[in-house]
Amino acid sequence: MSNSAIDVPSRGGFSFDLCRRNDMLAKKGVNLPSFRKTGTTIVGLIFQDGVILGADTRATEGPIVCDKNCEKIHYMAPNIYCCGAGTAADTEAVTDMVSSQLQLHRYHTGRESRVVTALTLLKKHLFNYQGYVQAALVLGGVDCTGPHLHTIYPHGSTDTLPFATMGSGSLAAMAMFESKYKEGLTKDEGIQLVVDAICSGIFNDLGSGSNVDVCVITKGHKEYLRNHLLPNPRTFVNAKGYSFPKKTEVLLTKITPLRERVEVVEGGDAMEE
Amino acid sequence: MTKQHPAWSPYDNNGGTCVAIAGADYCVTAADTRMSTGYSILSRDYSKIIKLADKCVMASSGFQADVKALQKLLAARHLIYQHQHNKQMSCPAMGQLLSNTLYYKRFFPYYSFNVLGGLDNEGKGCVYTYDAVGSYERVGYSSQGSGSTLIMPFLDNQLKSPSPLLLPAQDAVTPLSEAEAVDLVKTCFASATERDIYTGDKLEIVVLNKDGIHREYMELRKD
Repeated sequence: MSNSAIDVPSRGGFSFDLCRRNDMLAKKGVNLPSFRKTGTTIVGLIFQDGVILGADTRATEGPIVCDKNCEKIHYMAPNIYCCGAGTAADTEAVTDMVSSQLQLHRYHTGRESRVVTALTLLKKHLFNYQGYVQAALVLGGVDCTGPHLHTIYPHGSTDTLPFATMGSGSLAAMAMFESKYKEGLTKDEGIQLVVDAICSGIFNDLGSGSNVDVCVITKGHKEYLRNHLLPNPRTFVNAKGYSFPKKTEVLLTKITPLRERVEVVEGGDAMEE
Repeated sequence: MTKQHPAWSPYDNNGGTCVAIAGADYCVTAADTRMSTGYSILSRDYSKIIKLADKCVMASSGFQADVKALQKLLAARHLIYQHQHNKQMSCPAMGQLLSNTLYYKRFFPYYSFNVLGGLDNEGKGCVYTYDAVGSYERVGYSSQGSGSTLIMPFLDNQLKSPSPLLLPAQDAVTPLSEAEAVDLVKTCFASATERDIYTGDKLEIVVLNKDGIHREYMELRKD
């Protein structure tokens, strides 16, 4: 009470003292545990009747693949989806949070969610956290004002684009878009271009790999094509298989039940009011 | 305080995985052919296995420039040996030479992780495994490089070798037939490729036996 003028920050806003503490500890050699990152290629484009989103399915932790078939296209609203790259926990948490806010907003207004609403909620959150929430997103959807595609950077800046890529494979994917994208693509052409862009990321970027997920959103309709393409089957399986002999010897099978330490008496005194 | 720039490093890591298995009358040496740096692939078809003598091959991962320099030096030393002794160096001799060569640069090491596979003077398979500064050991099987942490426990489980402390000394060679060893190596790499981003593209297998040397290849995942 007496020292409150010193303890409490004098202005509003978040405190990033712990981030500074973590930097200091890291410099002294106390490193935080590594997080699961989605190295990732994620893309999106606008075609003649809507938006197509695409993603690979590899999640890495350093040089090790920790999930060979993860989902990177997250649900935001029935007419809006969002691809996430960066720290897996952050992309999932931030999309879940905003998707819940959008649901409540729909209950309140009784109207379909708009893509700009999702965009604003996402960028506000990311900006507040000054880039410490490590989520790079590609947001796409179709609402009453037509199809929309946006990219959102971890610090909260946004772009509005006809075609977009994010993640470590973004350059490889953008190479495909820059060479082949044109306005007014048909659905099949659009899906093929998205698949080509994701494959370019899968094969040329070590942070991306495994399968291709696609999500097609049109007016009043969506199609989530999970594992649309599986370009990386296992290359060798030994016909004979392998046995892993059980080497732990069982020494004792007798079970000693634990003796009860406390005797429970039924019907004790009633507690005081 | 001014911001510190990250210091320039003379080293890079180009990834890759090597395996060697010694049998009673053969030696299987294998490595993937991917060369990478960071998140980029530099080459999908770069051989990590070099033939040092008639009955001796070396598989190396780590920093490609250091590996190249090491291979060049060993080739030169082997040529001098041939001129002086009028014969090919044996695999155990090459093993010792490699160790000396690595230790010579103890305080500015070759950033290379090697396994040496070959046949010894009795025609038995032999494998030598190294660290970057020349500590080495003759073993029955070994794995080095980026995927070694995934492969080594599997080899330990499948090819349990006798303790080197046992007396009298036991043979470290594996009981498998040559074809079984080759299949085991293929499984190792197919599995390591699933989980290690620096292993992939193609597997090169070099088999040494009494009939000589032959190479075979198998495709691996390319993502």
